[in-house]
Amino acid sequence: MDCSESLMLQATSRRALLLGGASFAAWAYLPRFARAADGRDPRFVTIILRGALDGLATVAPVGDPDYAGLHGAIALRADGPNAAVMLDPFFGLHPAMPEFARMYRAKQAAVVHAVATSYRDRSHFDGQDVLESGFPGPGRVQSGWLNRALEALPKGERVTSALAVGPTTPLVLRGAAPTVGWAPTALPQAADDTAMRLLDLYQHRDPTLASALTQGLQLEKQAQGDEMKPKPGGGGVAAMRLVARGAAKLMAADDGPRIGALAFDGWDTHANEGGPVGRLAQLLGGLDGALAEFQSGLGARWRDTVIVVATEFGRTARINGTEGTDHGTGTIALLAGGAVNGGRMITDWPGLKPANLYQARDLAPTIDLRAVIKGVLHDQFGLGERVLADTVFPDSAPVKPMKGLVA
Amino acid sequence: MARDSQAALIALNRFGFGARGGAAGDFINAASDPRGFVLSELVRPNGALLEVPGLLSTPELGKQVFDYQAEIKQARDAAKAAQQGASETPPQGSDAKPQQLRNLSLSTAAKEIAGKDPAMQPQAADGANAAMQPPTMQTAAAPPKPPAQPLNIIQKTFRAEALARLQRGVVADCGFVERLVVFWSNHFCISANKGALARMWAGSFEREAVRPHVLGRFSDMLKTVEQHPAMLFFLDNQQSLGPDSRAGINRNRGLNENLAREIMELHTLGVGGGYTQDDVTSLARVITGWTFAGRRGQLGAPGSFVFNANAHQPGPQRVLGKTYAQAGVAQGEAVLADIVRHPSTAKFIATKFARHFVADDPPPALVAKLQDSFTKTDGDLRALATALVGADEAWQAPLTKMRSPYEFVVASGRLLARNPEDPTRYLNGLNLLGQPLWSPAGPNGFPDTTAAWAAPEGIKLRLDISAQLASQLADKFDPRDLLELVAADAASPETRRTIERAETRQQALALLLMSPEFQRR
Repeated sequence: MDCSESLMLQATSRRALLLGGASFAAWAYLPRFARAADGRDPRFVTIILRGALDGLATVAPVGDPDYAGLHGAIALRADGPNAAVMLDPFFGLHPAMPEFARMYRAKQAAVVHAVATSYRDRSHFDGQDVLESGFPGPGRVQSGWLNRALEALPKGERVTSALAVGPTTPLVLRGAAPTVGWAPTALPQAADDTAMRLLDLYQHRDPTLASALTQGLQLEKQAQGDEMKPKPGGGGVAAMRLVARGAAKLMAADDGPRIGALAFDGWDTHANEGGPVGRLAQLLGGLDGALAEFQSGLGARWRDTVIVVATEFGRTARINGTEGTDHGTGTIALLAGGAVNGGRMITDWPGLKPANLYQARDLAPTIDLRAVIKGVLHDQFGLGERVLADTVFPDSAPVKPMKGLVA
Repeated sequence: MARDSQAALIALNRFGFGARGGAAGDFINAASDPRGFVLSELVRPNGALLEVPGLLSTPELGKQVFDYQAEIKQARDAAKAAQQGASETPPQGSDAKPQQLRNLSLSTAAKEIAGKDPAMQPQAADGANAAMQPPTMQTAAAPPKPPAQPLNIIQKTFRAEALARLQRGVVADCGFVERLVVFWSNHFCISANKGALARMWAGSFEREAVRPHVLGRFSDMLKTVEQHPAMLFFLDNQQSLGPDSRAGINRNRGLNENLAREIMELHTLGVGGGYTQDDVTSLARVITGWTFAGRRGQLGAPGSFVFNANAHQPGPQRVLGKTYAQAGVAQGEAVLADIVRHPSTAKFIATKFARHFVADDPPPALVAKLQDSFTKTDGDLRALATALVGADEAWQAPLTKMRSPYEFVVASGRLLARNPEDPTRYLNGLNLLGQPLWSPAGPNGFPDTTAAWAAPEGIKLRLDISAQLASQLADKFDPRDLLELVAADAASPETRRTIERAETRQQALALLLMSPEFQRR
């Protein structure tokens, strides 16, 4: 393959990744207790699903007498072709997620249902800001809850490798604690000497760009030699797997990052959402594949890992006029990883009777997502209730960390 | 007037697309009368229109897509029939496979068009085939491979539309009007990744719905945008049926509130602009029936906006505290006309406009001036642009914004006098830098803050792109002369020294393209 050919291929791959709507970023340091004597070396990953995941289509309350009527043509069923995988007599998992079903049976995965952030309107962008910033309301976009959690952790050595895809760090990990990122090289790189001269100019004239360029150069170096070679044309689903594979590989290393965040786009299923097969099914297959990549890539470290999958809000309980769902409220969060106290549905099911729906249209949230994340951060990293209530999720003292999420 | 180099830099970079290379003398002209240089573009009649031979109207383009889809389907049916006839045993597994082997391009295109799933479309739509494969990059040494697939009509159209837009940006005097077009086009964005029709219409949408009103009225732009087939397709309104309309009852389908919500949240009032979920749902009912005619043309010319009374929710609706009893399309038009005059709209537009051109946190006095202009002139967008350029705040704020990738690639093209004949390089650059043309990730468009475009990854990629461009073009230029064209005595001593001391012309040009004078605006 000549070099122009490979340039083209790489350019295509890079595009596929960027447009595939999948990205990863990580804390640039190891937590100091990472090599503690007890041999436990916790990993934490959060996967943000942007666009609002239909929780009722992913983990369907097939035992709820109102579900089938509300979700209509796209409702999952307990039997027949493409049946849901029943997690218990009441809830069925989407058939596009066999890996998650396997983890659930192995007690390494759990579902939190009828969950929501504190946001009660229906703008994606504000909803994502609340989900990722950890503040009770929108408009605070300087830092994310995961970054503030990092600031509360004892900082150890700098990680020597990291990987991120996408031109920006997701808000959840933005903030004062330094993060790292990387994307596969798509172009012949500028010569080091040129880069150093530019850096010198920026240091004199533009400190912001100097800092950005410094980081950009370091990240490129760290990632060199990495074998991650995405294949062109894979689409968003392939990108999810691919990013997860790269993230898992780096996080498995002794000197790799321990705490990271991924963001997957594309969950805004207003029309033709599809039931057991179709658009949402494809996306869920991608998410399922990403979770499987983490399990295989992390190897022995899977044992110490918790992955939290969350979305900004849910979708309407009743399908709309175009076999899709509009912006809603309550949805699900998924937990996966060897450290999860799994094999269970965590829910205080509100029911789907008209009177029980939020504003007569959405699954009513009965669990605050912050309780779930607080519980995991407490169990995984020993973060205290106070710092969780004041700093990580400001003004959230009444929302107590959920207990027993980590085995 | 005295020569004002700093103001010239602002005129060219904050309001325009940067200085052109060659003998245009942009910097000198801008320095002698910075405001006049920017404003002169606003008074040219029809200066925002883009009329290029060969670019077709939305219905014409729609017909081409429909015809192409029919052709693909026919070919697929024929292939299937031939295959079934040739073999006694039924085909195993997927029926697509054998055909894929026979005619790769046809099946790729068919998948692209038949695919119902917009999220899965981007790569199939134009990725490996069109944008990434410039013929000039294939060398004689390349290993044998299948002959390049001819571009399909959708890819050809997208590239022709992209080329026309890029050329306009590269040759414009100041580029202020083109910057306005890009701003409004991003405000009312669609994404070509939604599917074949969106890719086909991305350019015509901008030419028909945005450009005619960039120096006209916001209310006209809003109405044209929300009734344009591309927007109706992008935000699913062609699928939305009034639950009590004849079509809704017959087909047992109903509302999709996607477009109604984004009209309020993203196009006019802004989030927190004083509307409720009930307002969104009511507006969704009001605009049921706003659709476009399909392939068979039962409702009108295929690919044109039509009001389908059969899909319209009958009866009065209450939106933002007012009842609209009008029948038909007039009901929605009346709501839009009122929303334009809502104080939240003036505030939202003024803030966004100032943020785009001046600063992430724009001076409140500037926002107030723009809001005032918008309100007093009933949304006259030429007046809004004039008010922006007339405001001292817009000239006093330091150059802290970053050029977006689009502004960067166009500015490079202008300086290096590369009026493109092929859009490939530009499109590639935009893809790499995270701003693929007409394809934002969501209906909120591309980000408009410095942080979004000054990320480490993005800066490093800009450097790599600049180095690559410089390695190919530097022999034609003296970078010191180019610095005079870009910034003259507004260039910092450090930038001047960095360029003068570079060890090669290539290096000097790459550094110039990456200098704060070229990246900031």
